[in-house]
Amino acid sequence: MSLDKEKIKHVAKLARISVDEAKVESLTKDLNSIFKFIEQLNELNTDKVEPLTSILNQSLRSRKDEISDGKIREKILKNSPKENEEFFVVPKVVE
Amino acid sequence: MSKEKFDYFIKGEKGKYEVVIGLEVHAQVLSKSKLFSGSSTKFGADPNNQVSLIDSAFPGMLPVINEECVKQAIRTGLGLNAKINNYSVFDRKNYFYADLPQGYQISQYKNPIVGEGKVLLDMPYGSKEIGIERLHLEQDAGKSIHDMDPSNTYVDLNRSGIALMEIVSKPDLRSPDEVNAYIKKLRSIMRYLGTCDGNMQEGSLRADVNVSVRKEGDTNFGTRCEIKNVNSIKFMQMAIEYEAARQVELIENGEKIDQETRLFDTKKNETRSMRSKEDAHDYRYFPDPDLLPLKLEQKLINDLKKSLPELPDKKKERFVKEYGLNAYEANVLVSEKEISDYYEEVAKLSDKKLAATWMMGDLFAMLNDRGLDISKSPISAKHFAELVQAIKSGEISGRIAKEVFEIMVESGDNPKKIIESKGMKQQSDPKELEKMINEILSKNKDKVDQYKAGKEKLFGFFVGQVMKLSGGKANPQLTNEILKKLLKG
Amino acid sequence: MADITNQSLNDIIENLKKKKVSSTDLTKAYIKNIESAKKLNAFVTTTFDQALDKAKQFDKKPNFDQLLPGIPLAVKDLFCTENIKTTAGSNILNNFIPSYESTVTKNLWDNGSFLLGKLNCDEFAMGSSNETSHYGNVINPVGDQLVPGGSSGGSSSALAADLTPATIGTDTGGSIRQPASFTGTVGLKPTYGLCSRWGIVAFASSLDQAGPMTKTIKDCAIMLESMSGFDEKDSTSINKKKEQYSKNLKDNIKGLKIGIPKEYRVDNMPKEIDELWEKGKKILKDLGAQLIDISLPHTKYALPTYYIVAPAEASSNLARYDGVRYGYRSKQGKDLIEMYEKTRSEGFGDEVKRRILIGTYVLSSGYYDAYYLKAQKVRQLIKKDFDDSFTKIDAILTPSTPSSAFKIGEKTNDPVSMYLNDIFTVPVNLAGLPALSLPAGVDKKGFPLGLQLIGKALDEQKILNIGYAFEKNCGFKNEIKKWWS
Repeated sequence: MSLDKEKIKHVAKLARISVDEAKVESLTKDLNSIFKFIEQLNELNTDKVEPLTSILNQSLRSRKDEISDGKIREKILKNSPKENEEFFVVPKVVE
Repeated sequence: MSKEKFDYFIKGEKGKYEVVIGLEVHAQVLSKSKLFSGSSTKFGADPNNQVSLIDSAFPGMLPVINEECVKQAIRTGLGLNAKINNYSVFDRKNYFYADLPQGYQISQYKNPIVGEGKVLLDMPYGSKEIGIERLHLEQDAGKSIHDMDPSNTYVDLNRSGIALMEIVSKPDLRSPDEVNAYIKKLRSIMRYLGTCDGNMQEGSLRADVNVSVRKEGDTNFGTRCEIKNVNSIKFMQMAIEYEAARQVELIENGEKIDQETRLFDTKKNETRSMRSKEDAHDYRYFPDPDLLPLKLEQKLINDLKKSLPELPDKKKERFVKEYGLNAYEANVLVSEKEISDYYEEVAKLSDKKLAATWMMGDLFAMLNDRGLDISKSPISAKHFAELVQAIKSGEISGRIAKEVFEIMVESGDNPKKIIESKGMKQQSDPKELEKMINEILSKNKDKVDQYKAGKEKLFGFFVGQVMKLSGGKANPQLTNEILKKLLKG
Repeated sequence: MADITNQSLNDIIENLKKKKVSSTDLTKAYIKNIESAKKLNAFVTTTFDQALDKAKQFDKKPNFDQLLPGIPLAVKDLFCTENIKTTAGSNILNNFIPSYESTVTKNLWDNGSFLLGKLNCDEFAMGSSNETSHYGNVINPVGDQLVPGGSSGGSSSALAADLTPATIGTDTGGSIRQPASFTGTVGLKPTYGLCSRWGIVAFASSLDQAGPMTKTIKDCAIMLESMSGFDEKDSTSINKKKEQYSKNLKDNIKGLKIGIPKEYRVDNMPKEIDELWEKGKKILKDLGAQLIDISLPHTKYALPTYYIVAPAEASSNLARYDGVRYGYRSKQGKDLIEMYEKTRSEGFGDEVKRRILIGTYVLSSGYYDAYYLKAQKVRQLIKKDFDDSFTKIDAILTPSTPSSAFKIGEKTNDPVSMYLNDIFTVPVNLAGLPALSLPAGVDKKGFPLGLQLIGKALDEQKILNIGYAFEKNCGFKNEIKKWWS
């Protein structure tokens, strides 16, 4: 299978990355060569193989239900690109 | 409660249409801390004050699951008579939004913690079983605030990461009334279990509503639309009515229904397409590599099962058997755990049947007028039982009881004290009554003669006079007996 | 005394204990080296004042019961460090100052060491040559025009150039072992779950592991002991008793069974690599180990599998870099979506974007089964290959890389040839196993080459022991001339 420019633009949209029109060509070439390499996997028949969900053979460990975090608003907001003492601020969402 | 046949159909020009509804209910799990972090879940905190580095997705932060949230999901699953899966997996649901800090929601996709179950609804036309498809655990998102600033959106992450249970029903619902009954039943079960407070105003219970229509008798489903995030039963009902009518109109006009996500505009009372979200509907689910599969030991499930409280359906059965209530009474009295607890306390101390009648009558009316939950009732169960007993024993009449009830509401006093201090005790001494009645009869000789001549209607007049003279306290039954005896003589 | 900075970590600790050098003088010596090695571009951030303060504090009240008493350490800039800028080699984190310390670095500091600076790396650890860093290429001290490997290129360069006595990196597909091999140093990728991932900027969560990079095996054992351990904040952390790797280090490997996998003799492999491998086998055999031919039949599919799994996880892990809460935000976004797209386009470099796109694609609707699910199935097969082999052997010996360090710019236009650099290192990450790269020789240009020892899960002690015996008998000496100062 090969990736065309439209497909790449769609994937870029999903990934929320704007792609320069000028770069689409070389990107298409690179991605296609990578996918050609990846598709070696098609040589293998894996119909009867269970996919791996975790490399560790143990169950999920859980924690007690206790309030042990929060009340660190200053730390949370400190790195925020748009300064505000209470909220994160982003450009308006246009629905 | 008079209708006996299901009859919710949309009438189009070309026939009757059945409405098919499935719900995805998002119920906030009752827990102190969030699903994957130790921040508090308390409602109403200052913005961003219940946010950890994990909830705000700082680099290198990792989730660790809250054991109580897992137990709550299992309890809820058991309450829905559902299969608990010993193996479940947390997946990432990827999409971008300002109030979704990780850029993905941790949810469960292919392997949910709870599988198929069922919920029983009591409808006027009989009981109806609604299938549960699954229940899974997931994280809530934060809150975007659009109206604080004309050009910016403000984001509060207090809710981000709180545990939700998504309960997916099968497309078994057929009317807004059934949706109402279903949500109320779910809410009731979860409140009995203590797994969700069901507070819709605070957003603890919300639903995505899937609606489709089909010609009556058709067995294939029509194309469905999903109405996102509706937060009250009333709005769900309004949205369904609007959406079903819209779809019928499209079909009748020979147009196609697009399978899409819609939004219910509560101001305009209409549903609208959310096409902007549609483009990004590719969630790219995959198992969250920061977490391991959740393997539940059967012992944990069994222990939780043993510790479950009695649930509404069982309790209803017991109320009918043990207290001699009819199905309707039992249904009403088990609808909320607090109501059933109150009733049982009253029933322990007084006449069970009379207690039910008085609770569902005067008590509920009073609570309703005042907008109070039964937990906030100004009359304690103990006092209420005393009142019921006073009626039952003939100490006061039903009419007087209503007065005592009013005073109890205002004063909070116990009924004994009120009855005594206000001298409201029923006159049940036959000698006293006989004396009183003789006095009345002697004053009204003409009426006595007329009565004896056959004008039996006058009996009521004599009773009225007795009541008047006794200030309403004469025991009605005794009064009748004595009157009859004396009038014969 | 002679230049202390070219000694091993263990020797430095001995010299500190014997009061032959103070922590302050040691720190000053490294600062001097770092300042004269700007050409190597190994550091993104230096924390000299803070380091000197810590060194003075140590000298005032030395505590030699710790594993790393008074030791200044530079670490890869992928570890979040409290109140010290942490960039992950990316523009998108060019101003990010964490309010927290990663578990691994905290463990190091708790053992008596302190931070000297943050080391350059490939952007979000995606690269094999350190050429994807927003903060510029890092130069391999082995030669002016050579890459130091990647992604822990700043770490390998700084270590080989005596700018830090030891260091740590992260290894997702070879990012510790390949740069170690390119610089003639020791690098260990521990068993998945041995070192906490908490506070490390994530690349691919199911593959990422932090590990030590050192001049000797003994140093490696000391560092691993210091940095590893159970962490309840990481759900994938293994809960087990801490081991004393350095104390238990033994050079007797008599009777150990060493597997030699035939699939690692790849087409077009340079003769020198083959010769190096033969040399390694001979050393181990002479030490009394038994060589056993084994087969890991799915080896060839490891790299394609990796290039599905790692980008898929990365595409999701990197979604949080959206300009909302921290890091770079584009000035151009009029609305939220545009802000995202511009921020991420300007904030990420080409390789990172490429991998995000690959990852997004392989998870997207209609392609998940063909790519992601397929890869997880093949991953199962690769793991099984190792599981089967390890029933009959103690460790596996392979080359670390298919070549020595290459020239800057040599592979930047051909992503696949760059990826092929990790052909020997990637299978281990997919199987979650520990693996050690140890310097074993040089090629005809005189550039270092490494051999890799792969162990069973949690069998770090055994591969360290084999490495220890190998080191004593290999006679490798890293001859780096300080041409940059």
